Amino acid sequence: MTLQGWFLILLFVGILLALTKPVGLWLHALYEGRRTPLHLVLGPVERGFYALSGIDPNEEQGWRRYAVHMLLFNVALMLFTYAVLRLQAVLPLNPQGLGAVSEHLAFNTAISFTANTNWQSYGGESTMSNLSQMLGLTIHNFLSAATGIALAFALFRGFARRETKTIGNFWADMTRITLYLLLPICVIYTIFLVASGVPQTLAGVVNVQTLEGARQSILLGPVASQEAIKMLGTNGGGFFNANSAHPFENPTALTNLVQMLSIFLLGFGLTWTFGKAVGNTRQGWAILAAMLVVFTAGVTVTYWQEAAGNPVLHQLGVAGGNMEGKEVRFGIAASALFAVVTTAASCGAVNAMHDSFTALGGMIPLFNMQLGEVVIGGVGAGIYGFLLFAILAVFVAGLMVGRTPEYVGKKIESREVKLTVLAIAVLPLVILGFTALSSVLQQGLAGPLNKGPHGFSEILYAFTSAVANNGSAFAGLTANTPYYNGLLGVAMWVGRFFIIVPMLAIAGSLAAKKYTPESAGSFPTTGGLWVGLLVGIILILGGLTFLPSLALGPIADHLAMIRGQLF
Amino acid sequence: MGKDFSSALRPAIVMTVLFAALLGIAYPLAMTGIGQAIFPSQANGSLVRDARGTVIGSTVVGQAFTGERYFQTRPSAAGKGYDGLSSSGSNLGPASQALVDRVKPDVTKRREEGVSGPLPADLVTASGSGLDPDLSPANALAQAARIARVRGLSVEQVRNIIAKQTEASPLGEEHVNVLALNQALDRLPRAAAPDTPTR
Repeated sequence: MTLQGWFLILLFVGILLALTKPVGLWLHALYEGRRTPLHLVLGPVERGFYALSGIDPNEEQGWRRYAVHMLLFNVALMLFTYAVLRLQAVLPLNPQGLGAVSEHLAFNTAISFTANTNWQSYGGESTMSNLSQMLGLTIHNFLSAATGIALAFALFRGFARRETKTIGNFWADMTRITLYLLLPICVIYTIFLVASGVPQTLAGVVNVQTLEGARQSILLGPVASQEAIKMLGTNGGGFFNANSAHPFENPTALTNLVQMLSIFLLGFGLTWTFGKAVGNTRQGWAILAAMLVVFTAGVTVTYWQEAAGNPVLHQLGVAGGNMEGKEVRFGIAASALFAVVTTAASCGAVNAMHDSFTALGGMIPLFNMQLGEVVIGGVGAGIYGFLLFAILAVFVAGLMVGRTPEYVGKKIESREVKLTVLAIAVLPLVILGFTALSSVLQQGLAGPLNKGPHGFSEILYAFTSAVANNGSAFAGLTANTPYYNGLLGVAMWVGRFFIIVPMLAIAGSLAAKKYTPESAGSFPTTGGLWVGLLVGIILILGGLTFLPSLALGPIADHLAMIRGQLF
Repeated sequence: MGKDFSSALRPAIVMTVLFAALLGIAYPLAMTGIGQAIFPSQANGSLVRDARGTVIGSTVVGQAFTGERYFQTRPSAAGKGYDGLSSSGSNLGPASQALVDRVKPDVTKRREEGVSGPLPADLVTASGSGLDPDLSPANALAQAARIARVRGLSVEQVRNIIAKQTEASPLGEEHVNVLALNQALDRLPRAAAPDTPTR
């Protein structure tokens, strides 16, 4: 570990803390449906969209209506992308002349991008035409992110509103977030990326005569426009197979820092927006503090392990940290930080190959996802997932010290706790169930590249990533098979929508309650004690559920690595 | 519930079409137009051409250097090496026999070249993309003696070029772009006995 490495990490967190309130304020304006300066330019687009699709943006929706409209929109988008991928061969903007995407891969990819996962069973450059990248995938990067933030707004309203049946209007939330937040940032972001060396063209392959006289083909495309929203929307689906490790996606150390910042930006802002929405910004800062405790611990472990390097290679006379799967322009610190950021948020973009991390360095990204993607988390999804843990935490506090379970002015009762447990239980059931299945079935065992415990880690990582809607991979796993495409597709769908529906039901149930002012009997939810309780609940739930599987994978792998036992 | 469903059908379908047009067509095309207008070189891949106009590479993406006369690039898992159409890392785990089997011959090769002491990590490890355009300065310095010998230069001259081409950033690591470094080598005035291998 170096001073410069820690400087980068501190700088990263410092910039984000400085941006939390401004971004939170902007999000709060959208939450309340207030006019922004951007309405001057994009207001006509918003009104035009409503008029053409027969939407009344002022219609207030109950939680069921909100859920049904959200779900149907997502299904329509998914079918649209499936069609684009299957028809790729006959559609324009296909300079490489690529054929149709196979049924099972198109199924997997359409779900993957709808669910804000962006798991890639495919290599972008060898599978997707420029049109598929733009029309099939880029739109999901915007709309799955906007859907996530809209859902977070709905839950905020559940906490903030009193004795009402409604939690907002899905179409208005989603459209405003897309037009007045995501799109403008992406326009500026894209221009920055192009200036830094990210291609933005409709051309395809360039043939190169190298200095040594060999031939090399380089693929170009509309990379920057997709890259911007891929990071900002915590999507993570790269234009290229190597994702943000590819120099065309992430050419410099500066673009690397900006990419990491943009993964966390909206997640940080949303914690502030939540505090503002419930009338006490300290509630938001408390949540952010709990997230940062878990995040900092993760960064420390991964950076330490990667900087310490691989003893197996040290034996052969190789010095220094673990550079297998890492790019020289980033080095150890910026790669370790990126890995923890991308898995703490449910982004899943990678600037180094997690599969080749040291055993414990790679365990942290895995564990981050197993905690339920609530350490910052995906845009929207992170905060609504975290609030579920907050509900559980006040419930546990109530049991322990006999306080009335209340949170930000709402009594937490049996219905909310039951729905919360339902939402949280989905994650381990699907992850561990599917991993176990794949560890015994022939089709599952055909997947891993590595042998021994690391092969098991590859399977575990895949299902964890899918259910947590992350999308990063221990990419040695050959996942582009009917078996894995099918099962991972189901896992991604369940991991997204089986949490959303109970969460919306909680929002509806909370909105109907009356306001309970804080009293001497309330458990304070802003101080250090509360932050500690939140961190404890998250770690204990994650730890108890997943430690056995981690022992079989990364921990066994670590013991082998330090003993020099090879597989 | 039925009413919720039927009321959602039209917005779901129409909004899909409208947003597809805005975000899937208009946005990327507009950005392509802007990018091509303001930063044409970067937008088209930062290509490098020789005097006759032939494209010899990109400053952003790495290309393979395997011969003795040039600074050699890192091992690559992109296709057969530096394949611009199939970027990839090796994805080998830390306790992988295949990893050791790959690294060992590379270590032997460097020892035969006369590199002593601990080897810089990036000299024998594959990058994440398989298209890493850079070397660490330590990696380049480890190759300096060979370059000097093959090209009939002094080691001091080669070290100077490396120092001149090294880029530092407080946000990442010090690195040397291999293509730029090797082009700088080619621009050096020829020494007395150019290109004569000493072995």
